[in-house]
Amino acid sequence: MATLTHQESVTAEYLEVSSNTRKRFITIIIAGVVLLVIGLILAAMGGGESAHEGAAAAHGATSAGHEGTAHHGSPIWMKRLLVSLWHNNVFFTGVSVIGTVFMAIQYVAYAGWSVLIKRVNEALSAWVLPGGVILVLLFGLNLINNDIFHWTLPGIMTKGSANFDPIIAGKSGFLSVPFYLIRTISYITIWVVFTNKLRTLSLQEDLNGGTEYFHKSITTSALFLVLFAVTSSMSAWDWVMSIDTHWFSTMFGWYVFASWWVSGIAATTLCVILLKQAGYLRFIQAGHLHDLGKFMFGFSIFWTYVWFSQFMLIWYANLPEEAVYFNQRLGGFNGQYTWLFFFNLLINFAFPFLVLMTRDAKRQMIMLKIVCIAILIGHWFDFYLMIMPATMQANNGFVIEFGVALVFLGSFLLLMTKRLSQASLVPVHHPFLDESVHHTT
Amino acid sequence: MSKRFALGIFEDEDVLLHAIENVREAGVKIYEVFSPFPVHGIDDALGIERSRLPIAAFFLGMTGLSFALWMQIYMLGFDWPMIIGGKPHIALPAFIPVAFELTVFFTCHGMVITFYTISNLYPRWKTPVLDVRATDDKFVMAIEMNEKTDLNRLTQLLRANGASEVNEKEMSKF
Repeated sequence: MATLTHQESVTAEYLEVSSNTRKRFITIIIAGVVLLVIGLILAAMGGGESAHEGAAAAHGATSAGHEGTAHHGSPIWMKRLLVSLWHNNVFFTGVSVIGTVFMAIQYVAYAGWSVLIKRVNEALSAWVLPGGVILVLLFGLNLINNDIFHWTLPGIMTKGSANFDPIIAGKSGFLSVPFYLIRTISYITIWVVFTNKLRTLSLQEDLNGGTEYFHKSITTSALFLVLFAVTSSMSAWDWVMSIDTHWFSTMFGWYVFASWWVSGIAATTLCVILLKQAGYLRFIQAGHLHDLGKFMFGFSIFWTYVWFSQFMLIWYANLPEEAVYFNQRLGGFNGQYTWLFFFNLLINFAFPFLVLMTRDAKRQMIMLKIVCIAILIGHWFDFYLMIMPATMQANNGFVIEFGVALVFLGSFLLLMTKRLSQASLVPVHHPFLDESVHHTT
Repeated sequence: MSKRFALGIFEDEDVLLHAIENVREAGVKIYEVFSPFPVHGIDDALGIERSRLPIAAFFLGMTGLSFALWMQIYMLGFDWPMIIGGKPHIALPAFIPVAFELTVFFTCHGMVITFYTISNLYPRWKTPVLDVRATDDKFVMAIEMNEKTDLNRLTQLLRANGASEVNEKEMSKF
C-alpha cells in the first residue's frame, strides 16, 4: 500500500538454469555416490561404527542374540543401504508433496499473498512421481530379505511357523503385501494426479487468462485436501509406523505430517530466497518472506506440540508395549540414539523458536536461510530417528546414509529446477497476482 | 489544560495515505490519525516507530514460565510430595502443559493490560473522541494547533490533499 505511487508492470520472467548450476547438482550426486561407496566398503569390511554387531549379522544370524527381532537376511551393508534409501525417499517424497498441499490450501483460503511463490510450490512437487515409483520398487526389494519391514517375513502370520508372532498375526487384515501395495500405489496416484491437474490448470491460465481456471483450481484443491488428510495419515502408518510393527501411536499420522509440512515450507522458503538472491522474483518483498518465516516458526512449534503430545502420554502411562519405542531411542542399544533424541528437539524446536522469534529475523534472508537449512537437516534426522532403531538396531551409521541423502538431494534439485524453468516464475494471469505484488505485513 | 486541534476528514484510505505523506513533507506535525479499521502501511507513512510491546511480551512470558515451574516444583516437590503414576516428585515432562498454559496466560493478559495502559485506554465515564465519525466511515487526521498556527494555510493544505472538510475542535483531557 505504501508503494501505490508508482506501479511497475508485472511481466513474465523465466528461470534459466545454467549448465554451471546443473554441474553443481551433478557434483552433489557424485559426492553422494562417493560417500556411499566409502560407507559400503567400510560396512562390508566390518569396520566403522558397528564392527562386532556387523560381523554377527553378516553371517546371517537368524536366531539368538538380537533384541526382539532376530531375522537378519541381508549382509549389514546391504540392509543399511536399503533402509537408508527408504528413509530418504519417504522424507523427500513427503517434502515434495507438501508443495501441492501448500498451494491447495492457499487456493481454498482464497489467499492472495502467496501467488508469487506458487511456481516454487509447483516445482517442489515434481519429485512426487519418481519418489512414488522408487517407493514401490524399494518395497519390492524389501520382500527379498525383509530388511525394512519385519511383518513381511514369510510365516510370521501363520500359526505353527517358526517365525510366528501372535501380535503381528493380529494385524494381518491391514498388513498384507497386496493390500499394502494397493494402498501405497493409491496414495501416490492421488498425489500425482492432483499435482498434475493443478499444474495443468495453472499453465493454461498463463496462456489464456480469465478466472475459469482459478475456480477450477479451488474445486480441485478442496477435493485434494480431503483426500490428502486421509492419505497423509495412512501413508505415515504404512511407510513409517509399520516398521515398528508391534508398536502403535494414534498421533503418528499427524507427527509425520507435521514433519513433512514444516520441511516442505522450509524448502519452499529456501528456494524463494535462492531465486531472489539470483536476481529472480523481483516482486518478492520482505512481507512475503515474513509470512513464510511465520509459517516456519509456527509449524516448528506445531511439530513440537505433536511430538510432545505423543511422548508425554506414552511416558506417563508407561505401558510396556508403548514405552518400548522411547526405550529404544532413549538409552536403548547402548545409548546409540540418545544424543539424536535430544538433538532432534534442539534443532527442530529450540533453534527455530529462538532464532525466528523476532520480527526482524523473519524478514532477513540470511536468518531465514540458516533456519531453513537447520529445519531440513533436523527433520531428516527426525525421520532417521523414526526409522533406524527398529530396522538397524545398533548397526546404524551415517556415512552410507549421508551419501544416499546427497544423491537424493542432487536428483531432487535437478528435477525441481527443470520444472521451475519450464514456466514463467510469475503466474501472469492469476486473478490475485496484483494483491501478491502489493503484499505488505 | 486543553488543546486545540485542526481535524481533516477524509473519505478514502488511499487519499488519506497520500495526504499523510504530503502533509508531513510540508513540515506539519500530525498529532494522530483515527480510522475505523487498520490501514496497511499507515505506520510507515506516519513515521511511527516499532512498538516495544513484543519486548514486554517476552518478559511477561518468562514470568509466567518461571511462575508455573516454581509453583509445580514447590507444590509437588517440596510442600506436599505425592507419588503420581510412579513418577518422580519433580517430573518435568508432566509440568510442561501447565508451564505452557501459564506462559500464554501471563503473556496475553499482561499484553492487554500493558497496551491499554500505554494507550490511555482505561474505562471512564466520558471518553474523549475528536470526531465520532472515525468509528464509522471517516478517517480523521488530527493536527495540534498553537498560537502561531495559521489555520487558513492548514485548511488549504488539507483540502488540497483531499480532505472533504476541515474542522476545529478544542479538547480538554487529551
